[in-house]
Amino acid sequence: MGMSIQQIIFMVLSVISLVSALGVVLSKNPVTSVLCLIVTFFTIAGHYIMMNAQFLAVVHIIVYAGAIMVLFLYVMMLMNLNAELEPQKRNWLKYAGAISGGALMVVLVAALRDASMPALSSQPTDIGLIKNLGQLLFKQYVVPFEVSSILFLSAMVGAVVIGKKD
Amino acid sequence: MPVQYYIFLSIALFCIGVMGVLMRRNAIIIFMCIELMLNAVNLLMVSFSKMWADAGRVDAGSAQLFVFFIMVVAAAEVAVGLAIITMVYRNTHSVDINILNRLKN
Repeated sequence: MGMSIQQIIFMVLSVISLVSALGVVLSKNPVTSVLCLIVTFFTIAGHYIMMNAQFLAVVHIIVYAGAIMVLFLYVMMLMNLNAELEPQKRNWLKYAGAISGGALMVVLVAALRDASMPALSSQPTDIGLIKNLGQLLFKQYVVPFEVSSILFLSAMVGAVVIGKKD
Repeated sequence: MPVQYYIFLSIALFCIGVMGVLMRRNAIIIFMCIELMLNAVNLLMVSFSKMWADAGRVDAGSAQLFVFFIMVVAAAEVAVGLAIITMVYRNTHSVDINILNRLKN
């Protein structure tokens, strides 16, 4: 049985995102971690496009790759972290962390392996278009939307207050 | 395409994030791994949204709006968290989280 074009794209995107996610964790240089995380975010945006969640794909790229990762790079630039500061004592903690994460993955995969779920159809759905999501956001979810604006305002004030030189 | 593919991909991404939080001691890397975990959950939620939309549910778009709100909260969290890390660096000249156990005293 040959794989459909969607499955091939899915596999390629998944491999890239897993490899770059491992790069985030394993790379010694923090700037390399940031760049790997940006690659991961772009592949996740590719997955969103595959599921025709166009609004989320665009917002994801703008917010994460455009704003959040730039903020990370900026903070790293200010801190001059090029010299790796993590001393290599207590190596067993790293192995313990890796084993714990792997055990969590084994448990989750074993629990969900036999779950019966419907397959995703290859037909695109139009719920992820900005027109439909906008209708939903400003009709049904307008109160959470306004609350999130207050959250943003308080986060902005909080960041300024915390970062201020006292 | 089975929705299990997306579930397993999300599990793998989430567990890589968990491993990063447990293994690394650079506070910025730990923060980035938390972002990775949030994104794994977002991906899973979008795939479930597609699954319900295929099943003909009209309210399947709510999951995508939930993802949107998670992104909003993540952006606010990054702003405050990086401000805190910057303050820690200014006071201790390090972002090693082992330094932070000085908070005990």
